[in-house]
Amino acid sequence: MNIHEYQAKEILHGFGVPIPAGKVATTPAEAEAIAKEFGVAVMVKAQVHAGGRGKAGGVKFCKTPAEAKEKATAILGMQIKGLTVEKVLVTVAADIGSEAYVGIIVDRQRKKPVFMVSAAGGIDIEQVAATTPEKILYLPVDTRYGLRGYEAMRMGFFLYPDAKLAKQAAKIMRQLYTAFMASGCSLAEINPLVATPTGELIAVDGKMVIDDNELDRHADIEALRDVSSEAASEVDARNCNLTFIKLDGNVGCVVNGAGLAMATMDLVKYYGGEPANFLDIGGSSNPEKVVNALRIITADPNVKCILFNIFGGITRTDDVANGIVTATKANPLKVPIVIRLTGTNEEIAMKILTENGFSASADMDEAVVKAVAMAKGGQAA
Amino acid sequence: MSIFINKDTKLVVQGITGRDGSFHTKQAIEYGTQVVAGVTPGKGGQMFEGTIPIFNNVYDAVAKTGANTSVIYVPPMGAADAIMEAVDAGCATVVCITEGVPVLDMTKVYPFVKEKGARLIGPNCPGVISPGEAKVGIIPGRICIPGNVGVVSRSGTLTYEVVYQLTRAGIGQTTCVGIGGDPINGTNFIDCLSAFEKDPKPKAVAMMGEIGGTDEQEAADFVKNHMTKPVVGFIAGQTAPPGRRMGHAGAIISGSAGTAAEKIEAFKAAGIGVAVRPMDFVELIKAKLK
Repeated sequence: MNIHEYQAKEILHGFGVPIPAGKVATTPAEAEAIAKEFGVAVMVKAQVHAGGRGKAGGVKFCKTPAEAKEKATAILGMQIKGLTVEKVLVTVAADIGSEAYVGIIVDRQRKKPVFMVSAAGGIDIEQVAATTPEKILYLPVDTRYGLRGYEAMRMGFFLYPDAKLAKQAAKIMRQLYTAFMASGCSLAEINPLVATPTGELIAVDGKMVIDDNELDRHADIEALRDVSSEAASEVDARNCNLTFIKLDGNVGCVVNGAGLAMATMDLVKYYGGEPANFLDIGGSSNPEKVVNALRIITADPNVKCILFNIFGGITRTDDVANGIVTATKANPLKVPIVIRLTGTNEEIAMKILTENGFSASADMDEAVVKAVAMAKGGQAA
Repeated sequence: MSIFINKDTKLVVQGITGRDGSFHTKQAIEYGTQVVAGVTPGKGGQMFEGTIPIFNNVYDAVAKTGANTSVIYVPPMGAADAIMEAVDAGCATVVCITEGVPVLDMTKVYPFVKEKGARLIGPNCPGVISPGEAKVGIIPGRICIPGNVGVVSRSGTLTYEVVYQLTRAGIGQTTCVGIGGDPINGTNFIDCLSAFEKDPKPKAVAMMGEIGGTDEQEAADFVKNHMTKPVVGFIAGQTAPPGRRMGHAGAIISGSAGTAAEKIEAFKAAGIGVAVRPMDFVELIKAKLK
């Protein structure tokens, strides 16, 4: 789960990381009032779950409250990578001496969280990695022991030759690590970590991504979720315990299991069609899930045919069949449906479907070929 | 022969009284697996289905029944602890079916399991089946037949699909392993390929990978340099859009690695037969077995 910059910085601040004063505004007048309250130059920053905010014009420096109002007017409502800006962070502009990059990510190769730090911060860190990899220090952490003092100091001195700054940085590394572990993050970043001309370190931007699997432990973080920043159909699907990603094609896919769902999309494409979505109804099934899946898929006007591909293991195919019957009785389908199912309770499922006027196949390729043809307006093979 | 589990597997089920645990335990028994014990804290002393003793912890189960393998169906927040308990109690093989285990929990579990020298499969996996010998996990027994192909996959239902197609074509399996799709899991492709290479029975291997990470590319290198047996591979997600990126740091550490095209290229370079569709496994494997 993504959280906004202002939320990430509040969490980091709670663990002691120094951040500039800031408040969130949803209207230009609020932005102006906040800037007036601070009484100094401010940054007005778009709060959206997208990178490249600066390049898109979503981050502006403002000398006066009037300018803050003007910039907030431009930024609020702006589209950045398809997302509408609903909030801005108005924050005291820091005096910048130098900028560093500090990040932690769970690395699947090393099977550990790995710190990445670089004195070349503030810009595109991917570029630094590609062109001058020697400017980045990678430091894996054994989570059974936590970040050790000497590891934090090593990173501090890698960033700053000056001992005073290095010690401050080491302290921030420990605070960042503690926040990362305590919040169940898969990523936490401070970019830039600014050293002011007077020798103070301050986290000018912060980012955190939370492992969805941790949210049961962190009700406080789940509460930070901003549903307005996600596609409505994806929010709806998540609330129904379905994994859904909208695509641009016209064959609506309902599959159990992520691997089979991807393989089904691939097969649709192989036979000349375009998938309208990725949708995994997951393991243990119940008819309700199928009803919700059909509702979400048929809400997409591009969908010209619906393809079910169910291989019952934990999932009982009779549950799926019952779901299809229930859903289509309540809301008759306007597009054709092609059903492939096999596995647990297959005979019962086939009987339920046949009795209700549906036909089903046990072969995956046959079903996909048929669905692609129907989506193109052709007749069933 | 078979890998990881066989006729001598003595299984303890952690979470035996839960919904999934009890359902799949019955299936495993029906399949002929030696299920010797169950563990549910607080239900020690009771019996499962009148025949299998339930213990409060894995230590007691191992001491009283000689269990050497554990399968885990406990909820995600307790799964890491359950894995470490099983390993600490002396189970040499632990299969964790549970989906949704936090990845930071796994950063602690992984080195613990390695240091104890145990074999962890999963989490978030369908388990292992050695057709005709034993089944640990949720892979449906009726889609498998004994034979001479080793199967390894990151996915659940896609594994069933491929195994089902092989079985329909009369091609049996030595062992099918679902290693799971989580970022950190106990057993990877190379572990399974290496085990299939050492086991005299398999004459060919089918592997199903997917987009993300570099496990398949490393597996391809392994096949090229260390395997004499033929391998056929498939990558799911050839048409998937670029996933939700994990931010800058993620893109850097994994590089640009992880696309289907890149993995298929690695397969080809290593002499691995590439199945474009799941059904292609049948002809490709048949050709390799000749």
